[in-house]
Amino acid sequence: MQQRKSLFLNTSATLGFIFLYAPIIALIVYSFNKSKLVTVWGGWSLKWYSALFNNEQIMTAAWLSLKVAFISASVAVVLGTLAGFVLSRMGRFPGKLVLSGWITAPLVMPEVITGLSLLLLFVAMEGAFGWPSGRGIGTIIIAHSTFCLAYVAVIVQSRLSAMDESLEEAAMDLGAKPFSLFFLVTLPLISPAIISGWLLSFTLSLDDLVIASFVSGPGNSTLPMVIFSKVRLGVTPEVNALATIMIGIVALGVVGAIWQMRRQNRMMNRLD
Amino acid sequence: MNAPVSLNIPGQKPVSGLGRLIYSLRHLSIGRWTVISLPSLWLAVFFFVPFLVVFKISLAEPTISIPPYSSLLEWDPEESFATLKLNLGNYIYLFEDTFYLEAYLSSIRIAAVSTFFTLLVAFPMAYLIARSKSTTRILLLSLVILPFWTSFLLRVYAWMGFLKKNGLINEFLLSFGIIDQPLTMLQTDFAVYIGIVYTYLPFMVLPLYTALEKMDITLLEAAEDLGGRPMQNFFLITLPLAIPGIIAGCLLVFIPAVGEYVIPALLGGSDTLMIGKVLWDEFFLNRDWPMASAVATVMLIVLVLPIMLIRNTNSGKEAF
Repeated sequence: MQQRKSLFLNTSATLGFIFLYAPIIALIVYSFNKSKLVTVWGGWSLKWYSALFNNEQIMTAAWLSLKVAFISASVAVVLGTLAGFVLSRMGRFPGKLVLSGWITAPLVMPEVITGLSLLLLFVAMEGAFGWPSGRGIGTIIIAHSTFCLAYVAVIVQSRLSAMDESLEEAAMDLGAKPFSLFFLVTLPLISPAIISGWLLSFTLSLDDLVIASFVSGPGNSTLPMVIFSKVRLGVTPEVNALATIMIGIVALGVVGAIWQMRRQNRMMNRLD
Repeated sequence: MNAPVSLNIPGQKPVSGLGRLIYSLRHLSIGRWTVISLPSLWLAVFFFVPFLVVFKISLAEPTISIPPYSSLLEWDPEESFATLKLNLGNYIYLFEDTFYLEAYLSSIRIAAVSTFFTLLVAFPMAYLIARSKSTTRILLLSLVILPFWTSFLLRVYAWMGFLKKNGLINEFLLSFGIIDQPLTMLQTDFAVYIGIVYTYLPFMVLPLYTALEKMDITLLEAAEDLGGRPMQNFFLITLPLAIPGIIAGCLLVFIPAVGEYVIPALLGGSDTLMIGKVLWDEFFLNRDWPMASAVATVMLIVLVLPIMLIRNTNSGKEAF
């Protein structure tokens, strides 16, 4: 009986993993296809990669997206760390409940609503104070920082809650002032949470189509916006090449992270 | 977590609400105030105020101007008198035209069905990961997370290549003689279900895994010793213990799926109705900003708010 159950479990879980990877693998294989038709195999070729790098529209958009993602992730990390710290280390203060509600709300808000509401805010602000004049990289960064802030705050908060406060208390007993306490003790302790928050924000910003479509102005198309319009228009083998490069970078990152984790585990074992 | 900690100022706290508010306002140092107000102000301006603006514009009338909506306050220079003009027409239209109601209902249906199938696909995966050895576990977890870090849009695009008339699935089935006419899969609701299950799968696997990993395995051993059959043990022990993970995963998939735009736009047909797409079209194609705002307001009040409230109850909190 036990045997049959685990056979069923293994088969269904394996099917799940196949479901997860089959489209990605097909995409990678067909990025090396010589033929322009996606279903006809015309032999191996790198021509879509050179087509990709010669596509000025895609390259400009990719550069814009990288800039936006870098700045948004950095802003989100500063504000999100503050927010996570405030929620788990500041005790009670008026408005704490409201703040904790606001922080998790962007996580579940449908993107179309976030995008629409931010755009209408920017338009209303422009009408009232003349800022921001028009929309572009600045408004995309504000929008992305806002929804990434929530993710950083949640990660930092859970790290702080799981962490023992005794180190901070000891530092305070030894006379550390709040600022040096934060920068010399708390910050180094939560740095893994901050790094993963930054990476997550960077990816989320790089990936966002809907919000960016609402808050960007003419001539400021991010990479997902360009890909979306290309995909809607029809066959675009360069997009396969682009996808393969992006998957490759992510896979390298994940393999690196696993390797790092294993090394840490080994060191821990040795110390024990 | 609410106990006064490190940076709190010691001293007796007044009990009454107002007294406590004044007390805490006075006892906050400038440094504390800056740290608290920075993220709070940012969220207030860029997350909370926008909804008030959306609500305001939903009460305006569409005009041909920049921006394309009427002002709610009309200033009469002769009488030096301002009149407030609220237009409920958008909301009336929203309920009169069955198109919008159908779109709301069909979004809920599509999101619910896909959430159920996501759960079916994710459960065995999460169970297998939770029961495997620690090295395999890291590997399998990374395999689940890897697609989550790659572009959402490109993953949807990958399915277009699979589901097309001359796509890989049809080619495969035709070459093995299982079908003799290519199936129409792209631009149907079926493709939308696949797209949602596929792209949101990690959001379901991870909370399920967390719940199953915490489970006390001795309970299952005890049940086996008492003669429970595998099916019985699963439904009476494993499933109830996984409920926090199931709730969390279902909410994480259901809520964003309701407002989904990209998946119905790329995989769905012209008859696939989803409210996120309706809002988008109302805004970008019809350029009717007040109507798009009304659609968003109703979506927020009817769909998002109740779910957020459930999430903030005790069982919801445990789940997230």
